[in-house]
Amino acid sequence: MSEGIAQPDKPAELTGNTPDLFSKFDPLIQQRANLLDAGVEDPFNLVMERVLSPTRAICNGRDTILLGTYNYMGMTFDPDVIEAGKRALDDYGSGTTGSRVLNGTYQGHRECEEALKEFYGMDHAMVFSTGYQANLGIISTIAGKGDYVVLDIDSHASIWDGCALGNAEIVPFKHNDIEAMDKRLGRIPEGAGKLVVLEGVYSMLGDVAPLKEMIAVAKKHGAMVLVDEAHSMGFIGPNGRGVAEEQGVLDDVDFVIGTFSKSVGTVGGFCVSNHPKFEIMRLVCRPYVFTASLPPSVVATAATSIRKLMATGHNKRAHLWENSKRLHKGLTDLGFQLGTSEPQSAIVAVIMPDLERGAAMWEALLKEGLYVNLARPPATPANMTLLRCSLCAEHSEEEVGMILGMFERAGKAVEII
Amino acid sequence: MDRAEVETRIRTLIEPFNKKGVAVDEDTTFAGDLEFDSLTVMDFVAAIEDEFDIIISMNQQAEIETWGQLIDAVNTMQAK
Repeated sequence: MSEGIAQPDKPAELTGNTPDLFSKFDPLIQQRANLLDAGVEDPFNLVMERVLSPTRAICNGRDTILLGTYNYMGMTFDPDVIEAGKRALDDYGSGTTGSRVLNGTYQGHRECEEALKEFYGMDHAMVFSTGYQANLGIISTIAGKGDYVVLDIDSHASIWDGCALGNAEIVPFKHNDIEAMDKRLGRIPEGAGKLVVLEGVYSMLGDVAPLKEMIAVAKKHGAMVLVDEAHSMGFIGPNGRGVAEEQGVLDDVDFVIGTFSKSVGTVGGFCVSNHPKFEIMRLVCRPYVFTASLPPSVVATAATSIRKLMATGHNKRAHLWENSKRLHKGLTDLGFQLGTSEPQSAIVAVIMPDLERGAAMWEALLKEGLYVNLARPPATPANMTLLRCSLCAEHSEEEVGMILGMFERAGKAVEII
Repeated sequence: MDRAEVETRIRTLIEPFNKKGVAVDEDTTFAGDLEFDSLTVMDFVAAIEDEFDIIISMNQQAEIETWGQLIDAVNTMQAK
């Protein structure tokens, strides 16, 4: 069992007229308490005691196959990547203790940005401390007062928070709905700046956006286009540049946002662009300026991993696709309801009937020795509860077979199939 | 189009979203009385936008809590 939080929080008992600022969380506290009282292991308090490889760890005392890490290309234990990190620790120390624009840009940060420029074939690259901050910073800074941000309703929290941090008018449209996007863009007042924000792969259901059509519509209306390719880097597209590359429209994307915390296998975020004035972002983008830069070991591992993905990534892609297709087909054949009818990415989302049975299924899988992500509202579209599986190029054929067996036993035990 | 006509049209639009058949007057709130969640709000707003060929940004939506405020806002926008 987890040694983390032994008991859930309790709803507030109020005295006097001053409200407890935590009262607003009471419904969530109650929901969590009900779940734990029913004896379910806390899905949001898992501890990985030891990590054995990109696909195996000791979780809550059990040897566990990892199927919910976004570690798509399995770079976290790559010997060259680890060696680069160790060397940077020795040569540059444990941290920069400073902002990128003051004392926090080391040789390694520059090398990391050079690697990104080569990877995407773009003129500019800017590394942020996390992927969240990359979206937060770029969106809030380039769309200002009087400008319009037109975005998909299923956008990631970091995109929404970038909208909330800025002063632009925010206009969402129905998920992947080209016509709804077209109509909204057409109604924006003459002369206003327009930014369309899309994702290559949507992480909740693992579905891909029709970027070719959507970007054509955006350009027709004179909008700039930002695409978050967090879940496609290294894997989708002839050079692993993402869904826009796969659909042949990367040249029409003004800003690509990405992360090091998925295929690259460390932490950090970035934006690459061909905009001729892009470098000014380094001075005006507050989530870039007012935070410490990534540690030297992190940018060294990131740069090494990016270069390795460029050189050898294509070898792993075919196997990752095979894994995704096999898991998708296997789960479909077992009778599970999945987020997409065909496999579109390395994410396979299994739709649960409700949160209670989703949590029970999650726990049953964990006891079988399988870790997946439990995703629940409000992070999920249409208030769904999902068991989200993300495959890794390092999952063996045998492991995918074991995973399907675990799903079958757990699904029958919880009576979902 | 005057305010009364705007209201009549929006009354038709809200019907499929008002699943519990809550009686709607000027002070009815969307979050409280009608229990609209974010997806319902998006679909309802999209229906209004299409009907009047206007855009109601989320910033504008944040200022609209009641039925009366919605009718006023749409009435102002469609007159432009």
